[in-house]
Amino acid sequence: MSQQIALRTDDLAVTYTGNRNVEALKGVDVEFPENRLTAIIGPSGCGKSTLLKSLNRLHDIQSNVDVSGDVLLEGRSIYDTDEPAPEIRRRIGYVPQTPTPLPLSIYENVAYGVKIHGDYESKSDLDDLVESYLRKVNLWEEVRDRLETPAAELSTGQIQRLCLARSLAVEPDVLLCDEVTSALDPISAERVEETLESLKTEYTIVMVTHSMDQARRLADEVVFLYLGELVESNDTRSFFENPQRERTRSFVRGHTIAETDGDETNENDAEAESEPADEPVPAER
Amino acid sequence: MDRYVKQRLFGVLVRAATALVVGVMLLVVGVTIVRGGAALLGDPSIVFTPPGSRYMLEGDGGFLHAVLGSIFIVGPATVVSMVLAISTAIYLQSDYSSERFSDTVNMFLNVLWATPPIVYGVFVLTVIIAVGARTSLFFGIVAIAIFQYPIMTRYTDEALRSAPETVTESAYGLGATRFETARMTVRAALPGVIAGIIMGFARGIGDAATVLFTAGRSTQMPAGLFEPATTLPILIFDQSTSFNAEVRSHAYAASFVLIVAVLALIFLSKLLAGRFARYAPGGRHS
Repeated sequence: MSQQIALRTDDLAVTYTGNRNVEALKGVDVEFPENRLTAIIGPSGCGKSTLLKSLNRLHDIQSNVDVSGDVLLEGRSIYDTDEPAPEIRRRIGYVPQTPTPLPLSIYENVAYGVKIHGDYESKSDLDDLVESYLRKVNLWEEVRDRLETPAAELSTGQIQRLCLARSLAVEPDVLLCDEVTSALDPISAERVEETLESLKTEYTIVMVTHSMDQARRLADEVVFLYLGELVESNDTRSFFENPQRERTRSFVRGHTIAETDGDETNENDAEAESEPADEPVPAER
Repeated sequence: MDRYVKQRLFGVLVRAATALVVGVMLLVVGVTIVRGGAALLGDPSIVFTPPGSRYMLEGDGGFLHAVLGSIFIVGPATVVSMVLAISTAIYLQSDYSSERFSDTVNMFLNVLWATPPIVYGVFVLTVIIAVGARTSLFFGIVAIAIFQYPIMTRYTDEALRSAPETVTESAYGLGATRFETARMTVRAALPGVIAGIIMGFARGIGDAATVLFTAGRSTQMPAGLFEPATTLPILIFDQSTSFNAEVRSHAYAASFVLIVAVLALIFLSKLLAGRFARYAPGGRHS
């Protein structure tokens, strides 16, 4: 199956240069196909969020971060370009992990991005946009009577769907979601998942998750990171049913990955590989 | 000693400490309000009447000059200081400055905050002498603005610091520019920012030492930006050291006006902060 590639990284490396140097990403090449949902998984501190934030230059706003390598949106670099970063972030939206309302009304939250980019003709045009995006995330029926009330008064699950609507309203090409269900109760999380499920055929979504089950349920593609390196990326079925790498196998089984290479015990697979993870075996497709 | 005896002793201690503080506060505010209220009820017009030519000696007329002086000095000073303070706080918080730089600046702001106001007064006086000017409303504004600036900046900085980082990230993630993002962060921190500004205003309107050498301790109505003026705290000092009993009673009336103004401001700040807190992320629910 051939897929258009929406976003791709080229030897992307990120180093935090605070009091001590931390190499969070060590040269990652990964592709995100268009109109698919790609889940980035891996243990805590493996560079999932770092990868996500470097995909729309969100690291620019922090000091002490070095980014090298490149990210290409539809073949064009987002780092080596004259385009201002806000224009890039508009095309590559970002939804943070914590459900965060902007300090505005529900209506203004969705309208905010549209307003700053001036993407509307008239007030009624804006009203229509707000309604259609709130419908898209299944929130319209719940909030239609109180659009002017502060968004902060919604439940966290509703706020997270509002955040999705707000990000979609600026019509990004790619949507980055950082563990968007981790702060939610199971029922709210399910509703957000339903929303993502319904969006994934229309949008290129890159989602960080720590839940294997969620990746299995939602994702079309899975990218597995470990200690800042790409271990394996494949379509979800192959990834879970036929992992190519030993690390992936043990991670999928819920084993804790040993800190050192070749330390996996209780593994009697004949083809167990114990080579370092930086040379991925070509995926069978 | 028995644990429960300890607990009871501690309970007595904290209650006594609180009672002492609240008691003293009630006494000060109470006496001012009762005696000032009595003086004002006897002749409410003193607040709105300009002073007579021999006001300090004979108590003819009222102290409108100091009421207006306070408003004309502290009002503009607060506006100037507010703009500077919010700008500085945004600068210190955002990616405009490094963490180390902002820590250093904050340290200096803390030093400025703890600097006795008389030092600012003398500093501005030195400037006045150096440029060959004379004490006036304008230099009162300058001195009060300098005095308020560190207070407001520290409050605003703390407020912005406590605003969730995800608000900033969300705004950037929508393609907002630095300026648009900063506006959003200030909005998210608005209850704290307002509290800081009102605090600065209240401190400014209550301070005497900064204005003493800079505005001119005038006993006449303020006549212009570069004419001498006075404020309520200085007036209260002058009145309470007067030989005339009537003028001394006016000191209570002036204190009453000042205390009520400060209380009203604090009430206003609570009201505004509460209004904006509804919008603050996680403000009400979590």
